[in-house]
Parts: sequence; C-alpha cells; structure tokens
Amino acid sequence: MTTDLAVDVRGLRKSYGDQTVLDGVDLAVRTGTVTALLGANGAGKTTTIGILSTLLRPDAGTARVAGYDVVARPDAVRAAIGVTGQVSAVDDLLTGAENLGLMASLHHLGRRAGRERTRALLEQFALTDAARKPVSTWSGGMRRKLDLAMTLVGSPGVVFLDEPTTGLDPRSRRTLWDEVRALVTAGTTIVLTTQYLDEADRLADRVAVLDGGRIVAEGTPAELKAAHDTGSLDDVFLRLTEPAADGRATATATPSPTTDTTDTTEVAR
Amino acid sequence: MTSVTLTPGTGARPLADMLTMLRRNLLRAMRYPGLTSFTIAIPIVLLLLFVFVFGGAVGAGVAPGVDPGAAGRAAYLDYITPAILLFGVIGAAQSVAITAAMDATSGIMARFRTMAISSASVLGGPVLGTVVQGLIAVTVVLGLAVALGYRPSAGGLGWLALAGLFALVTFAFSWLCVAMGLAARSVETASNTPMLLTALPFLGSGFVPVETMPAGVRWFAEYQPLTPIIETTRSLLAGTPPAASTTLLTLGWTVLVAVLGLAWSRSLYRRERR
Repeated sequence: MTTDLAVDVRGLRKSYGDQTVLDGVDLAVRTGTVTALLGANGAGKTTTIGILSTLLRPDAGTARVAGYDVVARPDAVRAAIGVTGQVSAVDDLLTGAENLGLMASLHHLGRRAGRERTRALLEQFALTDAARKPVSTWSGGMRRKLDLAMTLVGSPGVVFLDEPTTGLDPRSRRTLWDEVRALVTAGTTIVLTTQYLDEADRLADRVAVLDGGRIVAEGTPAELKAAHDTGSLDDVFLRLTEPAADGRATATATPSPTTDTTDTTEVAR
Repeated sequence: MTSVTLTPGTGARPLADMLTMLRRNLLRAMRYPGLTSFTIAIPIVLLLLFVFVFGGAVGAGVAPGVDPGAAGRAAYLDYITPAILLFGVIGAAQSVAITAAMDATSGIMARFRTMAISSASVLGGPVLGTVVQGLIAVTVVLGLAVALGYRPSAGGLGWLALAGLFALVTFAFSWLCVAMGLAARSVETASNTPMLLTALPFLGSGFVPVETMPAGVRWFAEYQPLTPIIETTRSLLAGTPPAASTTLLTLGWTVLVAVLGLAWSRSLYRRERR
C-alpha cells in the first residue's frame, strides 16, 4: 500500500550543468521508521534531502512525501515536514525562547499553546537555563539542539535531518539519538543523513547507501552486514562506495586483505 | 498506519504570518540598533553638511535675491529638507537589503522556505519593519531641520498625506532592496548594490534646480522617479497642493517600483541556492 510510505522516491535525477549529482535514486521509507542515508562527501545526500524538503526541484523522477508530490503540491509537503539542514537555521539575534516562539506563531499554535510548547521543548533539550539569552552567545551544540527543537515545534509527521550530530560532543549526540527514538515511538518518520556509521547502526531501522548519485545498497543494518559478511557497517560502506578519482580518499582506496579474500571468494563462486 | 503524517497542517495564513515576521524584524532591529542608527545618522550628517558647509554659498544660487551667508543657509535649509527626508526614507529601504541577505545566507530563510508560509509573508515582514524605521528616521530628521530653523506650513491633511507618501515610498523601495539583497551572493554585496539608489536624490531636483544642469543630466533628473516624489514632498511641506500631474507621476512610479520589486523578490525567494 503506497500510503504506508512516508517517502516514496522513484528515478530521481538532478544535475548542475554537466555535473550529475543524482542519477536515478529510488527510495521508499515506511511511516514511523528511521532511515539513514549514508554516502561519501558529495554523494548526493544533501541534494536528496533538498528535493524532499521542496528546496530543490528534481530534473526527472518523482518524489512523494507524506503522500504529496513535492513538485505538484509543495505547500502540502511543507505543512507535513520538519527540516534541520546542515547550515544552522536559528535567529542569532533572538533568544532561544523567542526562536521557538517564532516557530509556534508560524504554526499558528495560539499564544498559550505556543508558550507551553516552547517550555516543553526547552526542557526536553535541556536548554531552559539559557532560554533567555541571545542565541549568538550559545555554544555550537546548544544551537544544534535548538535547531532541532525548532523543527519539532509544529509536530511534523516527517522529519529530515541533514547530518544532525556533526560537531556535537558524545553526550549531546546521545541526547539527540534519544530524541529521535522518542519521536519514532510517537509515530514520526525520520530520514537522516550521517557521516557516522555507528550512528546509522544504532539509530536506523534501514540504511540506504548513496554512491555516484544512486542507491547502491539498502536494507536493515543487519542485512547489509550479513550480505557483506562483516560485523561492521564501516566495511560495508568502504566496499560499496567508490574512492574519489582525485585521490581524496586514497586512505580507503587500498582494500584490506580480508576484503580481498572475501571478494575473490565471491567471484570464484 | 498513522494518519498524522498524511494530514496537512492548518495551512498558511498570510496576514498573521506577515505580522509574526514584522514582530521578528522589529525585535531584531532593537537587538541590533547599529543598522537603524546608521540609516538615521546619514541624513542627519548630510543635512548638517549641506546647510553649514555649502548652504551659505549655494543657498544664494537656488533662491534668487538671497544674500550669501546666514540668509543663504536658511534658504538652502528650506530648499533641501524635502530631499533630505527622502534620503532618510531611501536609506531605511537600503538597510532591508542587508537584512534580507543576512537571512538568505544564514540558513533561517531555508527553514522558512521548507515551511508552509508564503514568500510575501516572509519578505513582507522586513518590508513593513522598514516602513516603521523609515517613518522614525523622517521624524527625527524633520525634528532636526525644525530645530535648525526650518518652518513647514503643511496643514493636518497635508501631514497625513506626507506620512502616507513617506510610507508608500519606503514600502516601494524596500521591495526593490529586498530583491537586491536576495540577488546578492554575500551580505557585503547586498550593502553595496542599493548604494546606487543613494545617488538618485542628487541627480534630481533635491539639491539644486534641474535647470542649472547640463542637457544629459538634466534630462535624467527631470524624468527619474525621485524628482516628482521630491516635488510632491516639497509642495506638501509648503502647504500647497501638488500639481495633479506630479501627484500622478509620484503614485505611478512608487506603484511601479513596488510591483517590480515584489515580483523580483518573490522569484528570487524560491530560486535554488546551493
């Protein structure tokens, strides 16, 4: 049943000039699950999130979010989603409480409900003590947490998080993971991109590996590890993603002896 | 299956959203008073400079039969105050280019673009905030002009018309400046492009009569949008009703600038940014 899918992407293509970023991406995310998009830098993770959150238009293919086509019904999609991008999207000149209040007003929560929502989110993300100070004085981790809290003010059904834990200390990362799990328990669908494979391993119901503008592998973390006969998503990732041609990833270009053996065995079979 | 994800939100409420954005921008202006103070300081400095440095000599040139010196200064104060007031209005409009560019480069505009809010609300908030700032700037500068000896003779209706005119001009040029701010690649560029508008009051009837200019400059001065606006302001401040053709040109130009600026801003708002 298609309505069971919070995100339904088929044959998505996007290029900038002669540089192809997405070369036919297919992705299906079931409602109420967490999907992690993995990929090297420049693999197209942010572009995919950009199209799903209506910031970018696909050149070809279709993408439906919460049942709505992102090109035909962008406003319906926008009303259903929450997005935390890589670039900090908080108002530096306002306080934390004012930033959340701004989101509450834009979601038409009403004065009392808005104030209650602001208070609850500040508490949930342990930001209450700093709530009355301008965000420009906050640490990077606190700003990141506020960024996520602002995304959640409208209780979106589908949440996109582009590298949500980059630059966070281990404790803040755990807090964020807990929040993501709590959201999913409450029925929210989450699509996140990450550079941290342990994050995908611990958090995601399903993992999709993006390489060269295509999804090269998709499944539960356990399935992917079993398919590549390894106990670590790192190995899966390194085997599936091509090292960059310009030598950026030379450190990963040489396969480990175990990798060689496995590959040879597979070919021999 | 949860129905939560499939239910769209309450939808956009353009007016309520615009007022929310207006509140945000006024709050920002209070937190970051440097930009507002700067837009008010420039017309003040210009007024003092033109009256006390150039006024004594130039005043005798713009008002026939006036002696250089104190009388010239008084005459020149009288002559340039309308243009200086519009300078304050244009200055306020320019500051919104910086505001828009700051939002566009910081990531918060990307957040707004993923929300169910119309572009007119997101960008209209700063524009309305600028109208408020423009009216404050005009009031302060007018107060200084009066303190220096300027005596406007507008009646109640005249003041009302002036307030409306200043609000309309700020509104129109703010939309143009929002577009310039969104078109800029950086905040620095955004503060430079609208500087072109600063030249307009000088290339018109604001500081010297256009009859004294060479043919090419004079042609531009006679037909550029700020000239009828300055003349309308001058008439209203003097307590004489402006000529119908001048009023018509003033309204025509402001509406044209507003519509072009609005359309350009809205198309830039949805433009893909990488």
